[in-house]
Amino acid sequence: MITIVKQGLSDTIQDLGRFGFQKFGVVTSGAMDAHSHRIANLLVGNAEKASTIEMTLVGPHIAFEKDAVIAICGGDLQPTIDGVAVDMWKPVYIRKNHVLKFGAARSGSRAYLAVAGGFRVLSTMNSQSTYLKACIGGFEGRTLRTGDTIDCNERSVLGEALFLALSTKKIASWRPSSILLPTFKNDYVIRFMKGRQYHLFDEKSQYLFANEKFTVSSQSDRMGYRLNGEALSLLTPSELISEAVSFGSIQVPPDGNPIVLAADCQTTGGYPKIGQVASVDLSLIAQAKPGEQFSFREISLETAQRIMVQRERSLRNLKLSIAVKLKEMGK
Amino acid sequence: MLEVGLVWAYTLSPLGEQAVVVEVGTKIGEVAQGKVRAITMLLDEFPPLWMIEYIPAYTTVTIVYKIECFLLEEKSPFEAVCEHIDNLFLYLKTANQTEEKVVHIPVLYGGQHGPDLQFVAEHNGLTIDEVINIHVTGTYEVHMIGFAPGFPFIGGMSEKISAPRKETPRLLIPERSVGIAGAQTGVYPIATPGGWQLIGRTPLDLFLPQSDEPSLLKMGDKIKFYEITEGEYASFRGGVL
Repeated sequence: MITIVKQGLSDTIQDLGRFGFQKFGVVTSGAMDAHSHRIANLLVGNAEKASTIEMTLVGPHIAFEKDAVIAICGGDLQPTIDGVAVDMWKPVYIRKNHVLKFGAARSGSRAYLAVAGGFRVLSTMNSQSTYLKACIGGFEGRTLRTGDTIDCNERSVLGEALFLALSTKKIASWRPSSILLPTFKNDYVIRFMKGRQYHLFDEKSQYLFANEKFTVSSQSDRMGYRLNGEALSLLTPSELISEAVSFGSIQVPPDGNPIVLAADCQTTGGYPKIGQVASVDLSLIAQAKPGEQFSFREISLETAQRIMVQRERSLRNLKLSIAVKLKEMGK
Repeated sequence: MLEVGLVWAYTLSPLGEQAVVVEVGTKIGEVAQGKVRAITMLLDEFPPLWMIEYIPAYTTVTIVYKIECFLLEEKSPFEAVCEHIDNLFLYLKTANQTEEKVVHIPVLYGGQHGPDLQFVAEHNGLTIDEVINIHVTGTYEVHMIGFAPGFPFIGGMSEKISAPRKETPRLLIPERSVGIAGAQTGVYPIATPGGWQLIGRTPLDLFLPQSDEPSLLKMGDKIKFYEITEGEYASFRGGVL
């Protein structure tokens, strides 16, 4: 069991999302930075889809009732235990009655805490992800508050092996290869594919979109990121018929400022889409802070699919190599 | 067994790496809606193993797929999934005329729950009672569900009670509010910001998170609104107004 000793700015329980219900208008939600979420789970022997705590900009203080193995991935929210900095992107052993403290984001904006076994919260529509607007999923459909206690599930076989191995060493001497570790630094270059209404934009707007920088506005959250920059416009203003949108769709409302839709985005939208962010770059979107800048680089769908498949292969390799490491540690 | 049926013209285009937008028309209306229904019926009856889910809209059905199912093919995953869709769609049948479902939605009009009813009346040179009367007389149809959990896009409202959106949207519209925006009427299943003119509130939940089908309404459903009193509203909600 863990206890939130001090709540962060917006801590929610998330998994890989709620799929199968979009036809009922139910948004998918799920971890904004699914890549970091998945690695955090793999590092503690969990299934990738197990729930983690997503924290944003300022993290919580969390007390552990029992010894546990945890991993923290994503943005650097300065995690410490007893005043000592905790390594990220590694499995870490935390002893009972100790408090894991997060501070303000130093790089990136969202961190993911996985605990071996995963958090025990109810599933709503096959997912543990919190969707705040409809008050469903996660912990009572809301952000975590000071005083909340969350149970943890039994560790997997792998998680238990890790727990035993780390109980003496406290921290693993290995981490995933750097190819899997994103760096979150301002001036993000975001790869995108042309959107279904790309051709409806005038040439100047198409040029500006691919060559200018756009600033993340303060009106940015789990639903979407509003960007400021050169205004984009259509060849001729036209009414569009609402159709499906998804995490990464780049919509342009009449004011010309693009909106990058995020994990809690609505299922359908009626604004023209100039582009779609390559899924491998969604974690960069998730980690950008208000005031930071994006520039967009076009890639083809083929390239985007190829990169995505490569990324999936590296994650699978990571999973295998963690199992091998554990065998070695057990010896 | 699958039977070879009709084939319509449609286009396939990507929505990111893992979804295909099937577009069956460029106009909102019965024709497009019938095709959308036919596709969703086919996908319900024979859900492909590579499909995660589908999202129907006015003129499109977006099919979300598992990219990992197409890694062994020589083509790109997108081309491969399009070929699968083309083959599956050979079996499209005209959407059968399922018996019409009419959902009756009680509404408490005006007062604190319908603060813009007066505006809608004045805008159209009508009395409040006339607006309510026109609103309850209409038969409406659900064109699609989207935007928010259980949110119905409803067609069929009389132009006589149309009203422009508010210039400044409200920061929070309470859940179950009934509103008018332009020539459309709608019900908000959950609390959300919005610019609709609010004319009343229903005690009925449109979003049912604990149910297998979490939306009360479905594409193609017919809707009739009827007026209820404060007392009836309260008894519906277990005494809470």
